[in-house]
Amino acid sequence: MYLYPKWIRAWHVVNAVIFLILIVTGLSMQYTDKENASYVVGFAKAVRIHNFAAIVLVLNYIFFVTGNLLTKNGSYYGIGRKNFMSDLVKQFKYYSIGMFKGEKHPFPVTEERKFNPLQKITYVLALYVAIPLLIISGLGLLLPEITITTFFGISGLILTDILHITMGFFLSIFMIIHVYTCTLGHKPTSLFRGIITGYHVSEEE
Amino acid sequence: MRLFIFRIIILLAIINFISINTYGSPLVKTEKDKVQDTISFVSPFEAANNRCFKCHGQEKYEYTNETLGRQVKDIMCSERILHKNEFYSSNHRSFSCTDCHSEEYAKFPHSGELRMEQKYNCIDCHGGDEKFAKYHFEEIESEYKQSTHFKMEDDGFSCWKCHNPHTYKISVRNANNLKETIAYDNAICLNCHSDYSRFQLLSDKAEINIIKEHDWLPNQASHFANVRCIECHTKINNNIAVSHQIRPKAEAVRLCNECHSKNSILMASLYKFESKEQRRDGFFNGIILNASYVIGANRNEYLNLISLIIFIGVLIVIGVHIAFRIRNKSKTFKEK
Repeated sequence: MYLYPKWIRAWHVVNAVIFLILIVTGLSMQYTDKENASYVVGFAKAVRIHNFAAIVLVLNYIFFVTGNLLTKNGSYYGIGRKNFMSDLVKQFKYYSIGMFKGEKHPFPVTEERKFNPLQKITYVLALYVAIPLLIISGLGLLLPEITITTFFGISGLILTDILHITMGFFLSIFMIIHVYTCTLGHKPTSLFRGIITGYHVSEEE
Repeated sequence: MRLFIFRIIILLAIINFISINTYGSPLVKTEKDKVQDTISFVSPFEAANNRCFKCHGQEKYEYTNETLGRQVKDIMCSERILHKNEFYSSNHRSFSCTDCHSEEYAKFPHSGELRMEQKYNCIDCHGGDEKFAKYHFEEIESEYKQSTHFKMEDDGFSCWKCHNPHTYKISVRNANNLKETIAYDNAICLNCHSDYSRFQLLSDKAEINIIKEHDWLPNQASHFANVRCIECHTKINNNIAVSHQIRPKAEAVRLCNECHSKNSILMASLYKFESKEQRRDGFFNGIILNASYVIGANRNEYLNLISLIIFIGVLIVIGVHIAFRIRNKSKTFKEK
């Protein structure tokens, strides 16, 4: 089943590479010390690469949102449907118990339903909540002169930075879980093949 | 749903980009504002000093030329002008002019020889005095003698090139607003280093473009507003409040980690006076947070711990899930 058109795959691979770069350089900025400066990316280099990668991420994100608005891909992320919570529980039970009992997938992938409820909620949180917050706070740090100096008595830069690193952390955790759940396809490598070739192989095929 | 998310994004964008002026105060007050704020001092030598300020306190002066037999108005040389308010808000405000200058100045016209009078340096008054022992003036003098500025002493460099004895005031020790202190201290350096006519008095070097020279510095404007030149251009000495050993250009700090790290050198320089309180609300180097935020130097211990717990938790859940999958697979394989 052809599920991932070229533009989605291009967006996805750019996003993945940029995310890895941002995680490594972001951690380097936050945790590089004089003592460990040689085995992580140095601060100056990390700042330059992080800023450049961040701009690529923003452009790539605009490309993704535009694509979602212009194609039917956007409809795969709908979470407002009836019984969404119970579907979510169903999917969670499948991953934690059902799949070990050999139960069938409660929400098999079809051309109309690319994502299961758990994927939908995490993708919406990551792509429509965490990334916009990450981008806004990142812009505030890239251009500190436009960031408010104080917000209810607390430094605006601290709040912006905490928001930025918190979102960065959650998206890093999302990435780990995302990569792991991608081994839960028909075969551990099926879903990885899918995002490269564009074709999804399900259990029925 | 999409509309809701869009509204949230716009709201956060507005909160983040509200201009500095809405919440913050202007970063740097002008010298004039500062002077007006602090004038409340009444000098015991006011009457005597006023005789000097009468001419030297303004741009023009007036005197009776006995040869011509009339009043003459003239322009005061800018180097000889001292505004009364600036003097009375400086560190030396309690002095009489003739404490440092010759009594002969009481006569007008002043004798030409008086221009050659020996001027005091800081150490001449402050050295070997119990009252000033805690400020280690002797060590400041020794640091200055090792500094790159000392090489120009024969060309006329002295304490006064940076610390105008008539207007200088201690800033960092009494700082209420660190940004003002930073601007005040940096202005001392820029007085020569961004004014080629003054710079030329001491050096034959070509004009230096400070902005261009610091091109490599990310967020240059932010660095200039939040740290002093001396943070990178001096060798730290823990015994004195402000390091006076200005190092040559090649020895300036260029490694970001010197400041952007847990062991930030800013704790021994800019934040020295407050650095007794190393941590606040779980932040390493919490004191830096009072005035600024330095990436890499302010790490929140609680957030570090929480993120480590979440990270390990996720790895454990994935590990357990993998273990169950392997067990399940081998069970299915055996059954087959």
